[in-house]
Amino acid sequence: MSDQTYVTKDPRGPVTQLATPMRLDYLFTAGLSLSRNLRGYQRAEFVGQKCPVCGKVYVPSRGSCPVDGVALTEEVPLKNTGTVTTYCVVNVPFAGQSIKIPYICAQILLDGANLSFMGLIQECDVEDIHMGMRVEALWVDEADLVPSLASVKYFRPTGEPDADYETYREYL
Amino acid sequence: MSQIPAAKQGHRPVAVVAFAQSHVVRAETNSNEVEMLMPVVHEVFAKAGITKDDVGFICSGSTDYLIGGPFSFVTALDAIGVWPPKSESHVEMDGAWALYEAFVRLQEGDIDIALVYGFGKSSLGDLDKIFALQLDPYTMAPLNPDLVSLAALQARVVIDQGIATEEDFAAVAARSRRSALSNEFAQVRRDDSVEDLMAEPYAVSPLRRHCLPPISDGASAIVLVAGDRAFDLVERPAWITGIDHRIETHAIGARNLAVSTSTAKAAEMAGVGEGPVDLAEVHAPFASQEAILTTALGLPSSTVINPSGGALAANALMSGGLTRIGEAAQAILDGRAKRVVAHATSGPVLQQNLVCVLEGA
Repeated sequence: MSDQTYVTKDPRGPVTQLATPMRLDYLFTAGLSLSRNLRGYQRAEFVGQKCPVCGKVYVPSRGSCPVDGVALTEEVPLKNTGTVTTYCVVNVPFAGQSIKIPYICAQILLDGANLSFMGLIQECDVEDIHMGMRVEALWVDEADLVPSLASVKYFRPTGEPDADYETYREYL
Repeated sequence: MSQIPAAKQGHRPVAVVAFAQSHVVRAETNSNEVEMLMPVVHEVFAKAGITKDDVGFICSGSTDYLIGGPFSFVTALDAIGVWPPKSESHVEMDGAWALYEAFVRLQEGDIDIALVYGFGKSSLGDLDKIFALQLDPYTMAPLNPDLVSLAALQARVVIDQGIATEEDFAAVAARSRRSALSNEFAQVRRDDSVEDLMAEPYAVSPLRRHCLPPISDGASAIVLVAGDRAFDLVERPAWITGIDHRIETHAIGARNLAVSTSTAKAAEMAGVGEGPVDLAEVHAPFASQEAILTTALGLPSSTVINPSGGALAANALMSGGLTRIGEAAQAILDGRAKRVVAHATSGPVLQQNLVCVLEGA
């Protein structure tokens, strides 16, 4: 409605804006498959789940092999070690930042897994981070273990020789 | 080979060849959406005797407002396994409208098989708050009118205009619950007397608890096949001989809530009245809405209404309308009916309605 057609005696003039705050709260269903991952974190273990069709091992899993559309049936225990497939160095401060900048965020492919996930790298100078770097997970103290990735304190370099590019080129 | 029944709108013949649904429950706490949907998709493929590789188009109906996360329909594709990539689409609506889109897509003629599914978990959030957000954002949504109160306003108009009484509502609920006794997938399966139901206190006058749909989690899926190929897959395909959907104004106060103009128009376009109707699956989440819809659809009194129990027995949001089409089609697939009508609704107090006529060969 334009000002030409709407006449109001209110000295503030016609209403031109309206704020309608809303808030929605939800429960979250992790599901059967992701629950196995989350319970693993609570035991300081990475639990991989294997697709019965293509044999790929997912960690974490959302419930199915997204390529074959079938439930993941077999649990595969994974070690704490993996390879940095790619990374970024965070130099930008932002609200709520809990880690001192600059710090490193990396995609980590655990040994024996076919899916990488994002993890924090510490005990590593930002100049030294590179693709193929071998890293290991450091878990929080047993009393602080929770069913989430927060149980992983961070990843740090193992000092091993770099992984061969061919071992992670499919996961970039 | 059997003859395909003539299509009302002269379209390429498309048939429902398979339907599957999950058990509809109050809260599916074990499985996430993908895990809830995956067995349903596997089952519908098995019933049709196809694999995902046979499918040329996928269309789904769901809403992110139920799960509380963005792009949940993309995640849901994990239940199918879309590799190699598939042509895929989604509607932020009940799966019945996804079926409509797939039906239209099959008219292109280059593909023959489409998968349609709908899924929703109503147990995760506050439905009254969520569904207030589908209202006009300036004058209605800020008032947060809850679902039951809006339906009660409509029910009051129904009573005032002499279309139905509170006893009629109770009779609809009693019949729906009793019908659901033979539907293992339904949620509210009981043999209640109208007298007992009428003794319940009002939830929101004039609606008692039995007039309200259950809160449900569930999923359903349908395989559509175009042309003679349907006869290769099943003995009695359920041919869509007419399908149409119409919408009314979002301004609830501008509508006569006791009349469903959009349903009547969609029914006319789909050709409901051009033959006998053995059974009808009517998507009336509130008991007070059934009379509005059966009147608008122009159903003869001989038509069996909601043998599945309908939305009063199981109301998985975003798949409830698709389930109506599936249940109606199943009667043809099973040889229990020759000509059936399915209806789906969306939006506040029957704002938008889809009507589908299915016939056996």
